[in-house]
Amino acid sequence: MDFYEILQQYDWEETRASIYSKTAADVEKALQNAQPTADDFMALISPAAAPYLEQMAQQSRSRTLSRFGKTMQLYVPLYLSNECTNFCTYCGFNHNNKIERNTLNKDQILKEAEAIRKLGFEHLLLVTGEHPRAAGFDYLKETLTLLKPLFSQLSVEVQPMDTAEYKALTDEGLHAVYVYQETYYEKRYPVYHPKGKKANFRYRLETAERLGKANIHKAGLGCLLGLEDWRVDSFFTALHLQFLKRNYWKTKYSIAFPRLRPHAGSFNPDYPISDREFVQLICAYRLLDENVELSLSTRESPKMRNHLAQLGITTMSAGSSTKPGGYAERTESLEQFAINDDRCPAEVEASLKAQGYEVVWKDWDTYMQQV
Amino acid sequence: MKPLIIADKTFQSRLFTGTGKFSSNQVMEDALLASESELVTVALRRVDLNNSQDDLLRHLNHPHINLLPNTSGVRTAKEAVFAAELAREALGTNWVKLEIHPDPRYLLPDSEETLKATGQLVKLGFVVLPYIQADPVLCKKLEDVGTAAVMPLGAPIGSNKGLQTRDFLRIIIEQSNVPVIVDAGIGAPSHAAEAIEMGADAVLVNTAIAVSNHPAMMGKAFKLAVEAAMLAREAKLAPVRDYAEASSPLTSFLD
Repeated sequence: MDFYEILQQYDWEETRASIYSKTAADVEKALQNAQPTADDFMALISPAAAPYLEQMAQQSRSRTLSRFGKTMQLYVPLYLSNECTNFCTYCGFNHNNKIERNTLNKDQILKEAEAIRKLGFEHLLLVTGEHPRAAGFDYLKETLTLLKPLFSQLSVEVQPMDTAEYKALTDEGLHAVYVYQETYYEKRYPVYHPKGKKANFRYRLETAERLGKANIHKAGLGCLLGLEDWRVDSFFTALHLQFLKRNYWKTKYSIAFPRLRPHAGSFNPDYPISDREFVQLICAYRLLDENVELSLSTRESPKMRNHLAQLGITTMSAGSSTKPGGYAERTESLEQFAINDDRCPAEVEASLKAQGYEVVWKDWDTYMQQV
Repeated sequence: MKPLIIADKTFQSRLFTGTGKFSSNQVMEDALLASESELVTVALRRVDLNNSQDDLLRHLNHPHINLLPNTSGVRTAKEAVFAAELAREALGTNWVKLEIHPDPRYLLPDSEETLKATGQLVKLGFVVLPYIQADPVLCKKLEDVGTAAVMPLGAPIGSNKGLQTRDFLRIIIEQSNVPVIVDAGIGAPSHAAEAIEMGADAVLVNTAIAVSNHPAMMGKAFKLAVEAAMLAREAKLAPVRDYAEASSPLTSFLD
């Protein structure tokens, strides 16, 4: 059975009702279970778990410490292109937005790479919008070939692709792929993704399975917190994770927590997640899975990031620019989203060190996957 | 105490250590010095092989510390051989801790690929120390292809659960013609002592030292435990009895 079929067995509203009907006793049972189930996870992300937040944080911290030690991996995103044929209602790269569009050429990419190397980064995440002509498979393949000698680990956050394409990119040194479902609510998905290739819910959902089939080293999952009820979407993300672990056991998984916040003049989420709930969610994931990578971007504030470094997060971006060409030179291109933590990587490192954490800049090498 | 000999090297300490999960490279260095460990494993993927000033390696630069590069992260024998050759060239050691785990979560070793890679690496002139399941048959097969030692796990890596594979470790130790180093799962000095008392030649400890509140103190605690167990072994432990000796002989009626 594929994951789409599993997802169809669930009704959104019923699932929501089960989460909201969890009781203190359910939460206590989940907290005592050394290997929590999906049902326990429901309890841990439910409103009933709110009074248990401190206990969850304590457990999350100690489990993270024993699996990952006092370390934090740092990476940086490189925005290659803001050209996009999609119409995602919440995104700055929406095709309708009248912004200056730009796709970096080889010289520009190398300039960016040089600027990024100077900041200390070894792990690089390549980001594009979805634009097959400007930044499709061939462009990504060439970019990986170009950057492979310069970085130890290369990942992408780009449009979903086919299994064969993922295999070919892995041969070029691609280590990880992040494709977020945004929402698992199939009925409401078209509201946010009305047109363009991204409108195909099922093709996006099955991306992680194609990645597993391509034997990718790491696959990133997540939903856009705030779009729909974050508790329900997070439950389905967890189910997705459990399914993938059973079926594609050679792949490592990573969960990200992009959250939408109310913002004047831009997309306003219907289901904002508060800071307390945000911490609750991250701790719940750690209790569900000791080994899963939990990743936090610069969308979050320095204060939030500093604290979460000790509560379950194991990977962070730092010093990010979300516009193409943002590291080497200033451009007029629009950012995808506003950064909340604009500290430079050295400052992030210093503040992690002050908390007793070692920054891991390098935890891979492209030759490790040489075949 | 009797020194331990593996291939061309002699070790006074039977405590081998790792370099992961420490809160800083300085904390790591202090802990490793306190442990008096002479063989320290380093994940190749963490090291910048092109940089002679690599910060991690700089902190391991002590005359008594031998580096044991490991291949953690590779999924196949082919990848492991490639990584080992790069390490030999860059770090100038032909010692390698072979770790092949296609499973990225529990990091459990792949027996089939490990056996294949060991054979190939031995032929290429490496001193191979493979991380393996506590599988006595696999250990004999590894001996056949020329392994320098075997490193069976005591429990899942990082779990601190002690010698969960105790019964299989006993068989491995009983049958082995190469040094047996218990790797993974050792969470307390008492676990390390148990392994040495049982007859293991050495133990490898990382997480238990790295994530303790006082890594240097814990490094020393492990050193003392391993030494105590080794002394006890040399002094011969008294046999364990489950019953009391009968006060009057049961067979005297035969006299």
